[in-house]
Order: sequence, then structure tokens, then C-alpha cells
Amino acid sequence: MQLFEKIPNNVNLSQDKKLLRALEKWQPNYLKWWSDAGPADYQVDEIYLRTAISVDAKGWAHFDYVKMPDYKWGIFLTPPEHDRRIGFGDFFGNPAWQEVPGEFRNQLRRIIVTQGDTEPASVEQQRLLCDSAPSQYDCRNLFQVNVEEGRHLWAMVYLLHAYFGRDGREEADELLERRSGYTDKPRILSTFNEPIEDWLSFYMFTMFTDRDGKYQLLALAESGFDPLARTTRFMLTEEAHHMFVGETGVGRVIQRACELMKSDKNEDARAQGGIGLDLIQKYVNFWYSSSLDLFGGEISSNAAEYFAAGLKGREHEEKFEDHVALNATYHVPVYEDGRVTDREVPLRNAMNEVLRDAYIDDNQRGVDRWNKIIADQGVNFTVKLPHRRFNRAMGIYRGHHFDPEGNPISKETWERRKYDWLPTESDKTYVKSLMLPVLERGKMAHWIAKPERGIKGQPIDFEYIRRV
Amino acid sequence: METQVKHEPVTFGRHPSTYKHWKLAFEGEIARLTMAVDEDAGLRPGYKLKLNSYDLGVDIELADAVQRLRFEHPEVRCVVVTSIQERIFCAGANIFMLGSSGHGFKVNFCKFTNETRISIEDASSGSGQKYLAALNGTCAGGGYELALACDAMVLVDDGNSAVSLPEVPLLGVLPGTGGLTRLVDKRKVRRDLADVFCTLAEGIKGKRAVEWNLVDEVAPRSRFAEVVDRRAKALAAASPARAAKGVALTPIASRREGDAIVWTHVRLDLDRERRVATLTLQGPPADLPADAAAIRALGASWWPMQAFRELDEALLHLRHNEDEIGLVLLRTQGSAEAVLALDATLDALRGDWFVNEVRLLIARVLRRVDLTAKSFFAMIEPGSCFAGTLFELALAADRSYMLDDEERPTAIHLSPLNGGTYPMTHGPSRLEVRFLGEPGRAAALLERPRGYDPGEASEAGLVTIVADAIDWEDEVRVATEERSSLSPDALTGMEASLRFAGTENGDSKIFGRLTAWQNWIFQRPNAVGERGALTLYGKPERPTFDFRRT
Repeated sequence: MQLFEKIPNNVNLSQDKKLLRALEKWQPNYLKWWSDAGPADYQVDEIYLRTAISVDAKGWAHFDYVKMPDYKWGIFLTPPEHDRRIGFGDFFGNPAWQEVPGEFRNQLRRIIVTQGDTEPASVEQQRLLCDSAPSQYDCRNLFQVNVEEGRHLWAMVYLLHAYFGRDGREEADELLERRSGYTDKPRILSTFNEPIEDWLSFYMFTMFTDRDGKYQLLALAESGFDPLARTTRFMLTEEAHHMFVGETGVGRVIQRACELMKSDKNEDARAQGGIGLDLIQKYVNFWYSSSLDLFGGEISSNAAEYFAAGLKGREHEEKFEDHVALNATYHVPVYEDGRVTDREVPLRNAMNEVLRDAYIDDNQRGVDRWNKIIADQGVNFTVKLPHRRFNRAMGIYRGHHFDPEGNPISKETWERRKYDWLPTESDKTYVKSLMLPVLERGKMAHWIAKPERGIKGQPIDFEYIRRV
Repeated sequence: METQVKHEPVTFGRHPSTYKHWKLAFEGEIARLTMAVDEDAGLRPGYKLKLNSYDLGVDIELADAVQRLRFEHPEVRCVVVTSIQERIFCAGANIFMLGSSGHGFKVNFCKFTNETRISIEDASSGSGQKYLAALNGTCAGGGYELALACDAMVLVDDGNSAVSLPEVPLLGVLPGTGGLTRLVDKRKVRRDLADVFCTLAEGIKGKRAVEWNLVDEVAPRSRFAEVVDRRAKALAAASPARAAKGVALTPIASRREGDAIVWTHVRLDLDRERRVATLTLQGPPADLPADAAAIRALGASWWPMQAFRELDEALLHLRHNEDEIGLVLLRTQGSAEAVLALDATLDALRGDWFVNEVRLLIARVLRRVDLTAKSFFAMIEPGSCFAGTLFELALAADRSYMLDDEERPTAIHLSPLNGGTYPMTHGPSRLEVRFLGEPGRAAALLERPRGYDPGEASEAGLVTIVADAIDWEDEVRVATEERSSLSPDALTGMEASLRFAGTENGDSKIFGRLTAWQNWIFQRPNAVGERGALTLYGKPERPTFDFRRT
């Protein structure tokens, strides 16, 4: 572990002078990007952060105060597996590639650039949130998520520099030139150009959108291109925390809503300055449906090609029996002539859908835990994930209208009712009006409950942010 | 064997009011032609035209728009071609359409799209209507080839939008509408860079696209409209002003008469059993006006314009809807004097924009004959008028047969218009190409253009076979039967090789070289075999190539 080098890494960077020089050239641009596009404030303050200092069980989660610009951004890959074999597709059973196969070079580069582009995007989207944090604890969690996204960018940039020559270096530069929501050089995927202007949206993003990221990483962790698999495996160790921030964040808003409902004679949380469960449900509807789009088309020739070539598998490929998936089919409900019918699609073309199914199940488990909070509070309400067809802008349901149960509805009905299901401008304005910073140690904003416990065994009123 | 599916015949008449895929708008001397492909309005069922991808139906409308701009909007000096979709200019020819089409349809589709691309360049050089491609998003394959046919290209620089020719790496075929040729011949892209570019599926964007001369300029999204506007104005300003008022392209009407299709001046008789068609052109009337104002008053019904538009439609019908017809007998009926009088008018008024447009139109239709994969025999009989402009039909034919009968005399005539008014695809006149082995001969014949009786015509080398009244019928019958019995593929290759003698240019490379390669590749297992790249495109399997090179 070369932890004290300018670029911390476990890939023997100091032995590869060319790569080191390339990355050292990229690093100042990265730091400039961080200062321009990272958290708007708190750059000189000390934040109680988790920093990876090695890839073993103990080392990846080292907690201490650190100034964000000094965070150990670097390159960490899980250690190589002896004689790793490609686990799926046409090259099933062949030795995993340690170098980029020329035939798939461009596809791999596209996959890595697209994944890499989302990492800085979310930092940019969340740039202003620190000015309205509901507590020190939450603000620290935001920064934790941000620095880790920054490191995930490093992970992808390392692959681009190490394996893709001049093109790779140029793509790495462009990752720093694009900006979320910037008209001239927007981020590649449209969800990553949406503004995140309030903390409820941030929790929804980390719950739902980051979970898409988790499933993309799980699929890439199976890649036959071993450096990509090892890189994404290590990224996954950190991703769990992001989802923790999202799930518990929404959970705490829900809990507070229940508490405020009970204290109001009309059971109106909003009247008590909270965010009502119905409005939380609208946010769920919006962010969940938007995140479903990120998996891509239900029937996709790209997905089939990536699987066939051994570039991108299914999550936990080992749990499937047929790793070639050439003759199998998959049911995809399609909407044609005004009704939904099942279509048998070659399994390889349905790989996005396989991944989306696993994602939906995973989300449901989180939603179940939210509903347990509500039930424990004795409130009669159930948060529901809308149907996968609801409010989709990508794939086969795009351009059609469905209610949250997935029933087809007319355009007129949709126009009339969509704000029963999705946040209105005034809903968003209301949520934003609650976003006043609370940075006194141990204190929470009125609209959110305290977390169950602090970070790494520390109390909730710990000084997570030490202002200079 | 390809499965034979009966389709509705393809029709070619279009009007902007019924366009499904394009929008045409005017702002003074600048026109805006916007690609807005309706996904669900493919020409044939079975595919969706996603991402502004096109099929023959989309291109027929484009061809109509290009033609209409020339005749109906002479005030336009620059046409901006762009897309209605935000992040996509055009994804090129629809691959699922190609995958589901028979060989002949694919080839004719490519040929027509090529002719349309070349007609854009022809509008630029002949009519002074410059084309600017405003690439507001990703531009792949045929989309980029369309842009290459324009005079200039501006690409949006948003970190993502690229130009590309991904046919080789992605589909195992070639860019089918001149992309390869235009890269190196027109834009002078260095061939090694072109090699890199053409094997890079995702293409090239931004600054490097400009450095390699793949586009002329890039502009960020926020300045894109302004840059396009500036370029369009500059292109318009560099092109000479023309008339303010155009001539309406009225619809071309035809009717069925049994196995014949009948237009006003053109008649197509189909003998499907013998696989022979007779294409008869009724020559001009004797009283055609000779001054520009009167001609303008006739507009699209002026004989040369109407007759050649009808001839064009007949040729397209033969290509797309009559694939088993192998031999076309070209006939003319009428007065040679009237044709020669018309030629004198076409010559005298060549400075008039409309007359010039009609000359260019005739040239394009004649090139359509040269480029049609059917055998053509010109039949020079009593009452025919193969003179001047119409003698070009005989020169375009693979052979000409002339009756020599003292009681029913026949003649052919040259006029000054045989001297290069109607150049072939590769540049020279048909007369020059005919006498490639005798430099100066064409010019000598045109010093004093005149009529030739069968003896003189034969002596001068202007006809293939002269037969007297006793032999004529048998001669023609045997020639027809013999021709129909030969392998159509071999004939296509043979005719295409013999027709375009002489030096090549960009256009002829596109047809003579690229199209031939493309056709060959379209037949090969690596493209269309069971495990070919085109067959498996979009399917779960990857292609398998036979890696032996010929």
C-alpha cells in the first residue's frame, strides 16, 4: 500500500513512471474541479470522515478528521483472485482479461466513461446542500458521500489512464470538463443533470439513484476485464453507506412526520412544520421512477452485446445456473395497442430488465423498513413503490401513461392527475422553505428525527464538523 | 434464397404538405430542412425509425425537398439541414429495415439515397443552392454521409455528440452512401486518419473532428444556433442571387392501361413474361415557345421538364417495382425538327435560371438511365426522334438498333447539346465516352452537328447495329431473347463496367466502386449469413466471421 504517496494506491503506481506522470498531470485538474464543483463551503474545515487506507477488512474504513481537499483520493483495487475466469457470455471459462481486448476496447471505454461520468455529476448536483443541512451529522454524511464519489471518479480515471492510451487520457480530461446541468457540456445521462435542491431529494437520490449505481457496479464487478471487476468491487464496499444515508434519511423524515401527525389535532404533519407522508410518497414516486430509467431499455441490443462479450454481467452472476444465456428467454410485459401483453425476449436482450428486477426487490426491502417505522408509530399509512411502468422516460413504456399501479391511462387522465402522484412546484417550494441550516452540535432540523446512533460509535452530538 | 414478400409498389410523388419525416421552412434566402422522422411511419412494416434513422420513404421525401427547393424556391441560396431531436442529428439508414429487406431492395435503396446525396451536391454546384449541415447531436453512418454531401458542417460540441461511420466495426458492411469516398476525395481527410475514423464505432467529436477535417467547425450548445446562422449567411452571400419567384412542381400523374403505365409524354409497356419493358418517349410538339417569359408561364408543364420528370418516375418504377424486368427498349416518337428547335431554345436561354434548372434536371434523369441496373437497347425506327437531347438516350443505351428501309426512312441527329450539357456521372459527355479511343472525334462531329441516315450513322459509329427491312424484326427478336437469357448479375456487372469508360471522379467512385463493393459485401456470409453481422445486429448473439480474405 503506497499510502503516503501523492496519489495513494495499491497498484504499484511508483513502478509505472508513465502512468504516474499521466495521473500526476490529471490530479491538479481534479483538485481544481473539486474546489469549483465540490461542496460550496467547508473546504478548510475538518470533517470526521471515513477514509480508505488499505483494501483489507480493517483498512478500508479508517475514521478521523480530515480536510476534504486532503482526503486520500487514490486508486484501490480489491486484490487479484488467482486464475480468475470469465464468468459469463461467449468467453465463459476463459481466463479473465488482464489487458483490454482490442475487439472490445471501444465498448469498454464507453462503459467506463459512462459510469465515471455519474460520479462527479452527483457531487455537482449536491454542491449547495451543505448550506441547508439539517444537522452536523447529516452534513458530514453528505461530505462522506461526496468524497467517495470523488474517489470513484479516480477509480474510473485510473482505468482510462492505465488501459486506454491517449483516448483514455482525453476522456479522463473530459470527465472534468462536463458539468451537471451545464447546457454546453452536460453530464451524459439526463438524471445526472437534474438539480438536487433539498435534502429530501438528496435522501431519495442516495436511496434510489445511488442504488442504481450499486447495481451497475455489481454488474461491472462480474466483468471479464479483470481490472474493471476489481475496481468496481472495491467501490461497492463504499456504496453501501450511500444507501444507508438515503434509507435512514428518508426513514427519519417519515418518523418525524408520524410524530408530528400525532401531535396535531388533524393528524397534519405539515401544519406542524413537517413533511407529510403523502408528500414523501410523491417524492418516492418521482425519484424511484426516474432511477428506473437509468437501467436503460427493457429490450436492449447493447445489453446483449455487453453480456455476450463478457463485459457486463448480471449482479452476483454466480447465483445463476446458465452463464451463457444464449437460448433462454425472459418475459417482458410490453404495451401494445392499448394493453399490456407478455413478450418472450431472448434473455441476453433482457439483461437490463434482469438487473432492474433485482433492483426493485432491493428497494422493496428498504420500503418495508420504512413501513415498519410507520406501523411502530401506530400510524395508518403505507409507502408504496409505484409500478415500474409509472412515469417512465426511457424504454418501452416511454410515451405512454400509467397510474402508480401500472394500469394504462389516457393522456388526459395523466395530465389531470399527475400531480396527485408527483410533487408540484408548490410542494417543492414548501420543502425548500424548510431547508434552514441547523449546525449546532447534536441539534436536528424540526422536520427530521434524530438518527438512531452516531458515526463509528460516536454520540449523535459529536462534533462531526470542526469549523476553523 | 430470399423470401419473396409481395409489397405495395413504391411511389415517388411527394409534397411538403404530406411529408411525414421532414419540415421545410423559409426565411428569405435561407431555408431550413429539418429531419423529424416519424418512428411509426416506416415505408414498410416491421421496424421503427428510431433516432431519426431513415428508410426509402424518408429519402424519397428528402429527394423531393431538394428538387422542390431548386425549382420552387430559387430565392433560397443556402439550405440548413438539421434535426428536430435534441441530442441526435441522425443515426443513418435503419438497420432493422436493411436486415429485413431483400438484396435488390437494399441495393436500390442505396442507389437512390446516393443519387439524392449527389443531387444535393448538384444543387450546390449547378443551382448555387449551398447546403449547411447543422449537426445538433450525434451523427452516425448515413446521417454523417448526408452531412458529407453538404458544403459545410457545424457540429455541436457538448462533450458527447460525435460524427461516425460505424458500418465496418458494427455491421460488417460499408457506409453505403459515399461516406468513404467523400472523406478522402471531397474533404481530403488523410487516408490513415480516415482508416482510424472508419473503424471507430463511436466516432470522433469536438476539436479532433475539426483537426481531421471531419467537420468544419464545432460550437458549444449555447452558441450553436448563432454559429449555424453565421455560416448559413456566409454561404448564402457567396452564392449568386437568382430569381425571386419559382416554378411550382405540379404532381406527375399516370394511369394504368393493362400492363402499361401511361403518363402524358411517357409510356411504359411491361412484358413480364419476356422480362422486357418498352419505354416510349413522345417527343416535343412543334410549337414550343422560345422566350423565357412564355416558358415560365408553362412552368412544370413545359415539355422538357414534364417529359423528363415522367421519364424519371418511369425509371424509378422500373428499378423499385419491376425487379424481374431485365431489358428496357427505349423508343422515341415525334419530330426531330421539334427536338432540335427545343435544343436551340435550351441553348440560347441557358443563362435563364429556370432553363438552366431544366437542363440540370434532364442531365440528372439521363444519369439515372446510366445508373440503372437494366439493359437498355435504343430502337431507332421510323417516326422516332433521337435527336440532340433525345439522342442522349441512344448514347446512354448499351446498344442501339437502327432500321435501314428506303421506304420508311430513319435518321438520328446531333445538336450542340450533345457536347457536354448532360455530363455522365464521371464528368465527360456520352459522346466523348463513346469515342474514348479517338480523341477529338466527338468535338469534330459537333463542329457541324447534323442528321445522319443509317449508312452515315453506322459509318460515324453513332449506332450499334443497322438492319434492313428484311432482317429487322428477326434481328430485334433474337437480340431481345438472347439478352433476356443471360445472367442478370453478370449483365449488371458487365454494363456498369462498360458504361463508364474513362477517368473517374468522386461520384463515379461512389457508384462504380463503392456500390459494387457494397453489393458484394451485402451478399457475403460475414454480413448476411446466418451468423453475419447484419443478420445478428440487435440480436443476443455476436457475429462469427469467416476470417479468410480473398
